[in-house]
Amino acid sequence: MHEMSVAVAVVDQVEAAARSRGAVGVESIRLDVGELAGVVADALAFCFELACAGTVVEGAELITRTVPGTARCEPCAETWAVGMPPKLLCPGCGAAAGELLSGRELQIREVRWADPDPAAVARHRQPITEES
Amino acid sequence: MCRAVDLQRAVLAKNEAAAQILRTELTARGTTVVNLLSSPGSGKTALLERELRLAVERGVSAAALTADLATENDAQRLARSGVPVKQVLTDGLCHLEADMVARHLHDWLPESTRLLFVENVGNLVCPAGYDLGESLRVVLASVTEGEDKPLKYPTAFGLAQLVIVTKTDMAEAAEFDEAAFLHNVQQVNPGVEVVLTSVRDGRGTGALLDRALAAAEGNRVHTPVMAQAGA
Ligand SMILES: [Zn+2]
Repeated sequence: MHEMSVAVAVVDQVEAAARSRGAVGVESIRLDVGELAGVVADALAFCFELACAGTVVEGAELITRTVPGTARCEPCAETWAVGMPPKLLCPGCGAAAGELLSGRELQIREVRWADPDPAAVARHRQPITEES
Repeated sequence: MCRAVDLQRAVLAKNEAAAQILRTELTARGTTVVNLLSSPGSGKTALLERELRLAVERGVSAAALTADLATENDAQRLARSGVPVKQVLTDGLCHLEADMVARHLHDWLPESTRLLFVENVGNLVCPAGYDLGESLRVVLASVTEGEDKPLKYPTAFGLAQLVIVTKTDMAEAAEFDEAAFLHNVQQVNPGVEVVLTSVRDGRGTGALLDRALAAAEGNRVHTPVMAQAGA
């Protein structure tokens, strides 16, 4: 399942960003996943749970948005939704799509950092009594 | 309370950077990488064995890196051709990544290697997303797998620079509809070349080696619409 590698990449990148800004937690991560990116959102969500365990990202909500695939034809300037499986021949003239406008995205769009809760920080500073 | 940060970074940036470094390094020393993708049982190893023997006959220095989840059978089979072969065991990982390829080339790949064939893990889903620093990406499908394979695995077929059909000697028995297959390939990857081969009767044998050499000589390879991706 290559969704695991994608999930690990997301966690790695967010962790690095968290370190550089001194963030203590992550509330949510928004991902753009193109229809043609070859990533299954459900599988990715499952892998993300595993990948973020024990990291600063743990507990973050992963919100994925599917970006539809669209293509444009050079000769007739037609733009169409390619669908899945993708139809990359122009529905107007039958020519090969000149350009894929969208649908291959795999991007972190936004990270919402959890602000440190002052009360929680204060609690952590107090000595912790071990339970027997 | 929270603050929004727009990272806007491709999640696969790490692999793409590693792939680019590998491609630059290998190209500089005259080695061209060919990435082979297919389902298990497509006849990929048999075809590759044939192409490697041909390379030896023609005096082309080739090598093969073969990835499998567990066994080393493919490597032993490919090694019979006489070219350097190395097995990568992925320990369950379903695809190769650029840094894994780079690691395995270290201290193994002869400097003089012209063509390096990388036989990816038998899987048409996961390997499709990973650039291995190749200059030619080939997807193989056998006639027994059905005409709709390109539609079921559009990312793999859509990003191929060459499509090879194997076991065509069995086409009739498998009721393989060649026209439908070609139509489906063109739908997801307009303009890609499809080569029909059979290791048993020799049809199309050598085509993979020929296309690989053409890519090595700097001839333009097909750019799939899906690879132009404005992501
Ligand atoms: Zn058109």
